[in-house]
Amino acid sequence: MKFAVIRFPGSNCDRDMLNAIVKAGGEAEYVDYRETTLSGFDGVLIPGGFSFGDYLRSGAMASVAPITAAIKEVAADNKPVLGVCNGFQILTEIGLLPGALIFNDTHTFISRNETLTITNNDTPFTSEYEEGETVVYPVAHGEGHYYCDDETYQQLVANNQIVLTYNDNPNGSRNDIAGIINENGNVLGMMPHPERALEALLGSDDGMRLFARMTEWEAEHDYIH
Amino acid sequence: MITFTEPNEQVIKEEKLYADMGLSDKEYDKVVEILGRQPNYTETGIFSVMWSEHCSYKHSKPFLTQFPTTGEHVLMGPGEGAGVVDIGDNQAVVFKVESHNHPSAVEPYQGAATGVGGIIRDIVSIGARPIGLLNSLRFGELSEANNRRLLRGVVAGIGGYGNCIGIPTVSGEVEFDRSYDGNPLVNAMCVGIIDHDKIQKGTAKGIGNKVIYVGLKTGRDGIHGATFASEELTEESESKRPSVQIGDPFTGKKLMEATLEAIQQPELVGIQDMGAAGLTSSSAEMAAKGESGIALHLDQVPVREAGITPYEMMLSETQERMLLVVKDGTEDKFLSMFEDFELDAAVIGEVTNTDRLELFFHGEKYADIPVQPLSDEAPVYILEGAAPAIDDTAHHYGDQDLNTVFDALIGHPTHGSKRYIYEQYDNQVGANTVQKSGFGSGIVRVEGTDKAIAMAIDGKSRYVYADPLNGGKEAVAQTFRSIISTGAVPLAMTDCLNYGSPEKPEIYHQLGESTRGMAEACAALSTPVVSGNVSLYNESKGTILPTPVIGMVGLIEDVNFMADLKVESGDAVYLVGETEKAFAGSQIEKLIDNDIRKQTRHIDLELEYARGMDLRERLINKEVKKIAPVGRGGIAIKLAQLSAFHQLGIDATLDLDGEDLFAENASRYIVIAPSGQNITDGKEIGRLTDEEFHIAARDLTIDRSIETISSIWEGAIPQCMTSVD
Repeated sequence: MKFAVIRFPGSNCDRDMLNAIVKAGGEAEYVDYRETTLSGFDGVLIPGGFSFGDYLRSGAMASVAPITAAIKEVAADNKPVLGVCNGFQILTEIGLLPGALIFNDTHTFISRNETLTITNNDTPFTSEYEEGETVVYPVAHGEGHYYCDDETYQQLVANNQIVLTYNDNPNGSRNDIAGIINENGNVLGMMPHPERALEALLGSDDGMRLFARMTEWEAEHDYIH
Repeated sequence: MITFTEPNEQVIKEEKLYADMGLSDKEYDKVVEILGRQPNYTETGIFSVMWSEHCSYKHSKPFLTQFPTTGEHVLMGPGEGAGVVDIGDNQAVVFKVESHNHPSAVEPYQGAATGVGGIIRDIVSIGARPIGLLNSLRFGELSEANNRRLLRGVVAGIGGYGNCIGIPTVSGEVEFDRSYDGNPLVNAMCVGIIDHDKIQKGTAKGIGNKVIYVGLKTGRDGIHGATFASEELTEESESKRPSVQIGDPFTGKKLMEATLEAIQQPELVGIQDMGAAGLTSSSAEMAAKGESGIALHLDQVPVREAGITPYEMMLSETQERMLLVVKDGTEDKFLSMFEDFELDAAVIGEVTNTDRLELFFHGEKYADIPVQPLSDEAPVYILEGAAPAIDDTAHHYGDQDLNTVFDALIGHPTHGSKRYIYEQYDNQVGANTVQKSGFGSGIVRVEGTDKAIAMAIDGKSRYVYADPLNGGKEAVAQTFRSIISTGAVPLAMTDCLNYGSPEKPEIYHQLGESTRGMAEACAALSTPVVSGNVSLYNESKGTILPTPVIGMVGLIEDVNFMADLKVESGDAVYLVGETEKAFAGSQIEKLIDNDIRKQTRHIDLELEYARGMDLRERLINKEVKKIAPVGRGGIAIKLAQLSAFHQLGIDATLDLDGEDLFAENASRYIVIAPSGQNITDGKEIGRLTDEEFHIAARDLTIDRSIETISSIWEGAIPQCMTSVD
């Protein structure tokens, strides 16, 4: 499995993301945001950071970047797409995931280790976890409040798209939502950083199973619907 | 020809316009002597910033020469953007601390943000990739609305820059004291890693080599920032808001990555960050170090708006800019590389054999200054200090309600949890943070190795005020204690000297004595000074306490030992070191007397070193689980912090007077280890428990539930910040 780690100007978790998937046994390469194709890649990782300085609105500028059309193609091909933090913000801005990320209720940046619950392990990203399992991933964001309207929320619930929730909501996210998956089950976005949770020495190794599972992605089986 | 309306040479002299720029009459005369003629407007501006305290260290140079700057690990000492210290395997650690006090006083968010940006560029200009940020902050008491505003702005600014550029902020220290009312101290430190063969110098060599400008377009922001930073803060300082620079961490990030790629190119001759005094100091210093001349064609400088004069260009402190010298003929390679990073870049000049800094604008010469005198012949002032009277009265706190003192101290923002602050900083980006802010030094693993760098920053201004000589030693020793407490071997240090006006005899005395003490401690503790910064004229409503801030790094050869160290209920608590009735500069003295008695403090540096290295050894051998240096507030506060941080009770009995629990003499530690250990100079004083916090001295018992201790400690800052200002 070869993954593309998308690099926007201002991405700053790109190295961490690449290191994580490689550590999990995958192959990975950086792909510049000015590229227009992702052929040859089996999946896409959109790292955290401040793409385009978060100017205008976090993730907004990335939505008009040349690479975006190619990311959408990868998603349409049922290949895995993971967006973390700014990557999640970008996925909502480009329409691969519903809802939006708005300013934390505190209006301050929040960086801490967060205890989360895996609310849906019936996805090709989270099947190595138990349903209801508690994990620790760091969060570090200023705009991490997940917002969506009632109708969208009902759909998320009905389709079992809420994958990860906060046990102690740090940002005011609707119903403690920390991560959601698309209806198709191959595009996952989350605010917490699993790529920073790969070693007990650094505080948690709960993120390892997520990346390990991604390297074993099989399109025919992991294509849910 | 474009002409600008600028005062001519005669008007500058007659109306003493040079004085507005910060030059004294004598300094102006010296400029005339160096040039052999009267300086024009641009030249006057250039001399004034280069000879500002901030750039020239004219009042502090004699003190800085006392510091030991060499040692077995030192690869590059003071004089470049940052110091470089060997950590083995062809790798080195690069670090420096710098102040941004004055800008933060008038514009806290941008002042702090650009302080962080500036120190990052210093590290990057050496060629190192930053792996950690630290900050040392001082504010007036949070009971004042203005200090709350400053704290909010400074913390947001530090986070705003560091979070965006993607470097973890892993440690820091914060103190609140009324002496910093209206004059906060914002000292930022950055630590980076580099391979030995990639170390760059800020030098302009090789006649005909090209000078490249890269980064943000030059605007009119921050003009005369270095001069502003070398003055006392007054009510008019508000009007100097335009002297405050604006940070752009997004461009900073692109510039950092571009610079780190540029240093891989063999055709790069030298590189320097455009920091204080911008284009002036970077070009003049590079030429001076390269023993060359430099000619700049200022019409080539990327500018934000039309009509910016050479004077403004040379003095602008627009952020996120670097100056490079590259081999003649290779400039296009660098320009296209920078274009790929979507940065503005241009060839703006060349290295010459004239030994002069020559500035041209559309063919017209705007300045012609000999390089060496500009950077080397800055005036040095040696003044007379005056020692203050000693107050030998002994302190007595035995008759105080020490339980109330205890609650007041753990609930004070200086001793309480700093969670409100550090949770606003991304402290794990990079995925190598082994220990983050919260308790003790930051520890960051060197990527791809088992090695880790311990980094700490500390200052002990009240001790320095009480006894400048020994207080100076203690500031270094306290930071040394933080480093050894991680298991790291201290390698070297950087310092930021924050003081009031050196023109006041008592301040000058503080500066002289405290730096002498620091130098002695550096020698005794084997921590040479490899970089540093001076911030004088920190005067607003009064004079700040003398505040030398020490940043130190240490090396942990194999950080994996930490995985096995878990502090838990049942572990024994040891006190290492004798407790003395040392209260001058202490927190109980601040609380009760609201003053600092000037009396001798004591520290035995030989003992300090031996004890520290012994404990460090025990930690990496896993004989002990945690080392916590006793600092502000004494034993009582350290035990309370441990209890709150680990959510454990403590049951301890000490054969001391109650007031001694708040004494602050040097070289002491609380150590957590299995019971029955024989620790040199250590006494087992109790246990960690799952019950409550209970400490007993001869005439004092302190009993609190863990919840009570935690809520007071955690609430110290938030309870001040809840009110709407």
